Amino acid sequence: MSLKLFLDMISQPCRSVFLFAKKNNLPVEVKLISLKNGEQHTEKFRKVNPLRKVPALKDGDFCMGESIPMMEYMAEKFNTPDHWFPKDLQKRARVNEYLSWQHLGIRMHGAEGVHLGERMPGEPAAADKMARAMEDLNWSLDLIEKTFIKDGGFIGGEQISIADLVAIVEIMQPFASGVDVFQGRAKLSAWKERVVQAVGKELFDEAHKTILSAKDSVKQLDSSKVEYFRPRVLRLIS
Amino acid sequence: MSLKLFLDMISQPCRSVFLFAKKNNLPVEVKLISLKNGEQHTEKFRKVNPLRKVPALKDGDFCMGESIPMMEYMAEKFNTPDHWFPKDLQKRARVNEYLSWQHLGIRMHGSKIFVMKVIDGPVVKLEVPEDKMARAMEDLNWSLDLIEKTFIKDGGFIGGEQISIADLVAIVEIMQPFASGVDVFQGRAKLSAWKERVVQAVGKELFDEAHKTILSAKDSVKQLDSSKVEYFRPLTVLYFL
Repeated sequence: MSLKLFLDMISQPCRSVFLFAKKNNLPVEVKLISLKNGEQHTEKFRKVNPLRKVPALKDGDFCMGESIPMMEYMAEKFNTPDHWFPKDLQKRARVNEYLSWQHLGIRMHGAEGVHLGERMPGEPAAADKMARAMEDLNWSLDLIEKTFIKDGGFIGGEQISIADLVAIVEIMQPFASGVDVFQGRAKLSAWKERVVQAVGKELFDEAHKTILSAKDSVKQLDSSKVEYFRPRVLRLIS
Repeated sequence: MSLKLFLDMISQPCRSVFLFAKKNNLPVEVKLISLKNGEQHTEKFRKVNPLRKVPALKDGDFCMGESIPMMEYMAEKFNTPDHWFPKDLQKRARVNEYLSWQHLGIRMHGSKIFVMKVIDGPVVKLEVPEDKMARAMEDLNWSLDLIEKTFIKDGGFIGGEQISIADLVAIVEIMQPFASGVDVFQGRAKLSAWKERVVQAVGKELFDEAHKTILSAKDSVKQLDSSKVEYFRPLTVLYFL
């Protein structure tokens, strides 16, 4: 019985898990869960993740959530190449440092707020709130570019690691909603190209297909689905 | 040359690092950094952590920030007892799952309550709108409910039967709003029982030492001179109002 991954490709952490599993050709079965259709609330899914969040993993009777621990679990179980999660103490600390920082460093502020604020149809976020979200996002991107990405390399050093996957998927979120995060950021753009190359363009594009067409597909959301998002957006941007 | 830890005990992640290092009697030197005096902005400290945050670690030429990676680093370097960061794949996953969830799951909410109650009104003299306070309390309660019902194992700890880094990280976050006057343990028998187990596992004396600063924060902020107050203002406006 293979390991199962429950993903919705609209979600950043689902994409990093997807990229990691597919790049490493791991023996996993991907099951798509539609958040907008409320599939995370089914009785069946709740057994996999009582927190009703994606991504989630089921390995026999063992179930878990949270993308970074999931990737660490798979890295060890399937013995993936060392550079993804280096065994060397200090190299690992560097990767872990980014993985820890990014929850509040980028994920909370700009990425989510800007993305949702831009995407919500018919819910123009108050101008000052959006301005603040953009400010947060810019602050995060500056830090990633100047402090985290090593010159000519990746976040952890010379080779790609889980930190780069986790970073790129977050940065793609506001990008997909129309914010050109790479403009005026040569170092960030160059790093992005290296990440895409290391992962493989085809796989990278496959992972981001859903989010890049989200702006258009959201226009086709029927109004009941829109209402599902509204409180969440308002919560995040106010 | 021993490993140096740069801490300000007002900060939750500094307290978990302190508890972990001291409980395990690690050969570390603790250097106190005063955030309210802006000591994280000195040239010297910026060399340790360019992000100018605490906690920070310096091991020879190697420097890092972020409490959880720091504790993982020390656990491996000093070979601490397995239960803190279990080597077993699934036990470790359980601990990591909480450590990952908690950044947005509780840290954000507990910190916000503390800043709103201890800093915003009393120090910066910024009135926190009632609806924002209510919402922040709602978020905090949601977090505490989840921790109590989903994460803490019956009669045990977050990772299982023994204490781990997850419990240290959880307790210090929960103590933050508690220190601001919110009785987070009231009506939560399971959470209270877990807290007692954590205090016992860590040692009451050490636990109290770690929390001395935060538990007197409400009073000590009254003595802040007005120049310090201005330092807090942009932070509170930006993040919480």
